[in-house]
Amino acid sequence: MTEFSATAGLLIAFMFGLSYRLIRGPRVYNRLLAAGAIGTFAIVLLAVMGYLFERPDMFVDLALTYALLNFIGTVAVAKYLENHPEEREPGQPGEPPEGIAG
Amino acid sequence: MNVVSLIVMSFGLFFLAVTVIGLIRLPGFFARVHAVSKSETLGLALVFTGLMIHEGMTLVSLKYALIIMFVSLANPVGAHVLTRAAVRTGILPLHLQRSTPRANEQPDQQGEPR
Repeated sequence: MTEFSATAGLLIAFMFGLSYRLIRGPRVYNRLLAAGAIGTFAIVLLAVMGYLFERPDMFVDLALTYALLNFIGTVAVAKYLENHPEEREPGQPGEPPEGIAG
Repeated sequence: MNVVSLIVMSFGLFFLAVTVIGLIRLPGFFARVHAVSKSETLGLALVFTGLMIHEGMTLVSLKYALIIMFVSLANPVGAHVLTRAAVRTGILPLHLQRSTPRANEQPDQQGEPR
């Protein structure tokens, strides 16, 4: 039980460390990357929390669902930003130079 | 708790710590994607492998294996989609930011590389 408590505390500390990049930016893509990383850490945290509450059979389903939702969320927002240039943050350099886009 | 599972989970937590350090410290968006997409997947797989060793042959262990399989497919795909969106909308790699005058016209407010 102690190992799982220590692991859960360490994962929560990691998620606070990742939220530095989530808040600071500097752009929407960095924020999205940090949000996806926090989601992946939350999958691990849910599975570990199942042993703290002594119900791993229930929490593993939550972790599996969260894995699916995390992937779909990241892909949806990335595709939206790719197709809607007006929604991007101001100060973006605009179209990529020749030979970069692809 | 089994010693083997504890060791495997410790390795997984090490890789997750590498993810956090890489995301905070590395310069530029693409370097951060590189840090996150690989070490995060490996860390999650190792932590869940440790949980599987702890759990034994049960249905929960099978679901852990399903999570490992899904995340090791989905995480690189998600990172690739995100990077492709960033490239197509004009985020430049660091060496091109320094050499292209257009990228230098609009520096970030924090003075941090994109």
